[in-house]
Amino acid sequence: MAAALALAEEVAGSQPRAALSTLELRDFRNYRQLSLAVDDGIVVLTGANGAGKTNLLEAISLLSPGRGLRRAVLAELDRDDAGPFVLRARLSTIDGPLDIATGRDPSHDRRFVRLFDRNLRGQSELGMFFGVSWLVPSMDRILGDAASGRRRLLDRLALAVQPDHATRVAAYERAMRERSAVLRDGAGDPAWLKVLETRMAEPAVAIAAARIEVIGALNARLRNPVLDLPAVELAPSGEVEGWLLEMSALDTEQRLCEALARSRGRDALAGGAQHGVHRSDLDVCEAVRCEPAARLSTGRQKAVLLAMVMAEAELRRERSGMTPILLLDEVAAHLDSARRDALCDALLALDAQVWLTGTDKSLFGALSGRAQFFHVDEGRLSNHE
Amino acid sequence: MAANEIEHLIRLMGRLPGLGPRSARRAALSLMKHPDTLLRPLIEALGTCRDAISICSTCGNLDSHDPCSVCADRDRDRDVVCVVQEVEDLWAMDRSGSYRGLFHILGGTLSALDGRHPEHLRITALLERVEKDGIGEVILALGATVDGQTTAHYLGERLRPLACRVTRLAYGLPVGGELNYLDQGTLDAAMKARQLLA
Repeated sequence: MAAALALAEEVAGSQPRAALSTLELRDFRNYRQLSLAVDDGIVVLTGANGAGKTNLLEAISLLSPGRGLRRAVLAELDRDDAGPFVLRARLSTIDGPLDIATGRDPSHDRRFVRLFDRNLRGQSELGMFFGVSWLVPSMDRILGDAASGRRRLLDRLALAVQPDHATRVAAYERAMRERSAVLRDGAGDPAWLKVLETRMAEPAVAIAAARIEVIGALNARLRNPVLDLPAVELAPSGEVEGWLLEMSALDTEQRLCEALARSRGRDALAGGAQHGVHRSDLDVCEAVRCEPAARLSTGRQKAVLLAMVMAEAELRRERSGMTPILLLDEVAAHLDSARRDALCDALLALDAQVWLTGTDKSLFGALSGRAQFFHVDEGRLSNHE
Repeated sequence: MAANEIEHLIRLMGRLPGLGPRSARRAALSLMKHPDTLLRPLIEALGTCRDAISICSTCGNLDSHDPCSVCADRDRDRDVVCVVQEVEDLWAMDRSGSYRGLFHILGGTLSALDGRHPEHLRITALLERVEKDGIGEVILALGATVDGQTTAHYLGERLRPLACRVTRLAYGLPVGGELNYLDQGTLDAAMKARQLLA
């Protein structure tokens, strides 16, 4: 009886996690053929630059909707002079095992996605079953660079609270492209522009609301930082988000419509749109001194991004009941040894399947005996331990 | 290996909507096999249509008379015009028997990205017709697609200054459909368009 109770407590205390069990690659990037089996804990891939570590993470990222962690064009994913590429995976999820296959369909030059050998209508269905989050070196300077990168990150984070967020962003962007085309070629027909501006404003309010909600949910977690960091505070920065914090959704929609109508002349000359959620930004500040995170050292910026991705994983677990798979590419590079050890402890506490890459195994000493280590060399994997 | 003449015929038939290369090949072969019972009547029917069918100058329908038989039908309610995208939509509405008013065929939907502008559709003809004939109600029966709805709202804007009611078809549950098979968008639309029962 006591043993049964202990088991029940253990099951109740453990958090379900999405995890890859097996992965097969064919003609993908520098992999001719690869079969890999892993358990649901932390996986560390080590190897020289160009060995294929990031390619493997990219393959896993393609099991989620979208263009993967490099945002690559489909044809780039085929191995040189070979292809089309095919990826097959078995995942364990809170709802049981999932068999997923994806690859380039050469007859339509688009990505096919199959679930248990059944073609899915679109990639977006994949997002219903499990999540994949990532941090890659190209995001290192995101806090100090142009707003577009932070906005893209914010919209990815918003998927944790609003699964339809990507669809709304796509609808908004399409309406904006149409408005630009009417301003350019449609002789500025006012009735047509009014309809398109309404079509922009409706999803814009929903987009801004999801951004505000996810920022609030992440802030609650970032106040108790890991990695020996000062607390950071996120804030939406954009006129539509600002209006929405002051007035009702209907009034915000109306105000954006009016602003767009007033800026038609300038937008016709400059292209794009002067107003809207495509101009918003994500402010990241050190909470106590309100100093922008972009002024922090490269290593501390990396730690801030890591804290954000881990907070997102916790948020997703809270909302969906399942921790996403985390792909952390070269995250140890800019961290000192104390922060690296803190990161390893934080990842173990996160209770997720985490894929880490690095040039040298010694970077992950704190994970020794607590993770699976693989050495990657020219598209081949060998087991370290 | 088919003769050049037949290959030419297959390529032409393959351009028709709904016919791929395989079905075009089967149709062409069937015509060749039945020259008297199929090929000759088809040639005659095609020739008759070419000579007789024209576009109705009032509504845009296809008919051998101008105005077309729908526009000329005095038993129809001449106070209501139903706006549809294409001729086949007019046929579908008319087949249903639920509507006995007039029609107006737009000839497509607006799409700035595909270069379909208001001047490419029969919008000016609609506005003139509503004004000249004193139409009391315009029913917008356009597809529930992004372009269809953009066009519906655009027509709403353009018709607003005229003294007529502008309505559109309802969205929601298909007759005989079960709730749990519906997509989120249809359910949202049905919820918004709910009706008072008691």
